[in-house]
Amino acid sequence: MIRIELHRRSSPSATLRLLSPVIGLALAVITGAIMFSLMGKNPATALYIYFIEPLTEAWSVHELLIKAAPLILMGAGLSICYLSNNWNIGAEGQFIMGALAGSIFPVLFTDFQNPLVLPLMIGFAMVGGALWAGIPALLKARFNTNEILVSLMLVYIAERVLDYLVRGPWRNPGGMNFPESVRFHDFARMPEILPADGRANIGIIIAIVVAVALWFMLSRTLKGFEIRVLGTSPRAGRFAGFSSRGMVFFSFLIAGACAGLAGIIEVAGASAQLRPIISPGYGFTAIIVAFLGRLNPLGAILAGFILALTYLGGEAAQISLQVSDKVSRVFQGALLLYILAADTLVHYRIRIAARPRADKPDVPRQTSEKGA
Amino acid sequence: MELALAVLVTIVTAATPLLLAATGELVVERSGVLNLGVEGMMVMGAVGGFLAAYLSGNPFLGMLAGVLFGMGMALLFGFLSLTLATNQYATGLALTIIGLGLASLIGEPFVGRAGIRPPHLDIPGLSDIPFVGPLLFGRDPFFYISLALVAGVVWFLFYTKPGLTLRAVGDNHQSAHALGIKVLRYRYLAVLFGGACAGLAGAQLSLVYTPQWSENMTAGRGWIALALVVFASWRPMRVLVGAYLFGAVSIGQLHAQALGIPIPSQALTALPYAATIVVLVIISQNRRLTMINTPASLGKSFVPDR
Repeated sequence: MIRIELHRRSSPSATLRLLSPVIGLALAVITGAIMFSLMGKNPATALYIYFIEPLTEAWSVHELLIKAAPLILMGAGLSICYLSNNWNIGAEGQFIMGALAGSIFPVLFTDFQNPLVLPLMIGFAMVGGALWAGIPALLKARFNTNEILVSLMLVYIAERVLDYLVRGPWRNPGGMNFPESVRFHDFARMPEILPADGRANIGIIIAIVVAVALWFMLSRTLKGFEIRVLGTSPRAGRFAGFSSRGMVFFSFLIAGACAGLAGIIEVAGASAQLRPIISPGYGFTAIIVAFLGRLNPLGAILAGFILALTYLGGEAAQISLQVSDKVSRVFQGALLLYILAADTLVHYRIRIAARPRADKPDVPRQTSEKGA
Repeated sequence: MELALAVLVTIVTAATPLLLAATGELVVERSGVLNLGVEGMMVMGAVGGFLAAYLSGNPFLGMLAGVLFGMGMALLFGFLSLTLATNQYATGLALTIIGLGLASLIGEPFVGRAGIRPPHLDIPGLSDIPFVGPLLFGRDPFFYISLALVAGVVWFLFYTKPGLTLRAVGDNHQSAHALGIKVLRYRYLAVLFGGACAGLAGAQLSLVYTPQWSENMTAGRGWIALALVVFASWRPMRVLVGAYLFGAVSIGQLHAQALGIPIPSQALTALPYAATIVVLVIISQNRRLTMINTPASLGKSFVPDR
């Protein structure tokens, strides 16, 4: 019988902290290769189609930028939450509510067409996302309610609000009864960067700017220090005069605003209208982005591109290899599990030892352990 | 009377998966482990249960497969969060993400195929009693298992020594370790038990509640089960009450839709989720209740010192 023992390092390993996502990624790719061979595909070809081919053509790089933008924004925002020990897992719902709040202008005020529309949409989306995130924050700060469960339940509710609106009051009257809103007019669209090559819009630029700004706040300002202190030791934070409650609101509102912004970038960008489903699970994938990016907004930029590639690769594999695009979701989940496992190496040395039967603790033992 | 009976029967059917999963998670949390992956274990149980029953034609093999799939996922969670001492919150989320992905990948070719219901256990005589008979007797096996499970967990946690030890492990793992108790062994067993229950709950969904496989068919029930444990303030009997209340809410909205009440159907289907939030707020306001019962080591990793 072998056993795995953890031995705490005298101090966390900085090298491994940076290396752990690389290890996680490598293991996830190996898992992917195994998964493809189990499906009877040549793993080398499959991995090429999945990870490399999407990068070889201009239009598909544009698609990558479109998918990376919401992931980067939400991954960066969630990093702030997780660093401060606030478990917001409802970014998906905040994304939807942001998209809805921002879409008020192009959907309800179709005649209001001038350059002011887009900034207003962005502003409303950020407020909408932040308000939706404000619900779990308020309940946690005021009543000590579990924010994980509340933020997640609000995802299901947001999905139903969207569904109701696009099938009901916001449905396109001239749309043959399809559950979708009117198409957004040109003033309500995210301008495209290089329209000659593909559809990518300024959303990716906004996302990177926001991520850099959040990184600056985290690493160069007192607020960033406060986030870290309250996250690692709430007690120490209180002695320093920092408010845990204030931080609950701050982190949730920032993450909610980021998710709302991501939502409007998505619907005013590539899709240009509201449909019953506007996100292929970006809000949940963003959790993986945050961890892959080491809870650092700059890391979230890189991680956002990697996870965006898994969406594209899944689509490519479905077309060229007739493999289900669900493979992407398994790959994403495996990636997070591997990163978490690799993170153990940061704090511990792992020893694999044969179990010595003799070194049982020499203390009075509970007599009855049979029924467990 | 006919209608009331039909409503009660559907409430029981809707409540059973919640009861199963929440009772399992209650034992896990009593041992000091927070497994947020209930949804992932449940959905794997649903797909495993459906496939085994569909391919073998035997619904009991489906139930067994549901349990085994749930335990497989729980083992994965245990290896990470217990052996490797990873962050329990993040690991549970990862388990849910990979569970939903794996289940939809495995189940994709079988979407829409009709599933196989386990037989109802008719007890001659008892099942014929008006009203009470069809409600309590002659139900599917999951119903009886869920009730037996609650009784068994009450007995185990509060009337046996290993149950006491398990609660001690959940309240103070350092002291338990100092007394020579194998903290991680207790936690592994609890996590596996939780996985078995969640997997069985999933199998109930794909064999009884809606006998078929469809993607994401758990629809957040794993998360509602987690909320039920908080609602019950870690007491098994209160989980029973809570599960039936939630069953009533989710069935109530179905019947309201059938009666044509002029409320958007989306508002009605959102009701169980909104109710979860309301219930969580009401419970968390009562600090004394939650403080007393929350396992003190809940969610904290334990690495034995050597």
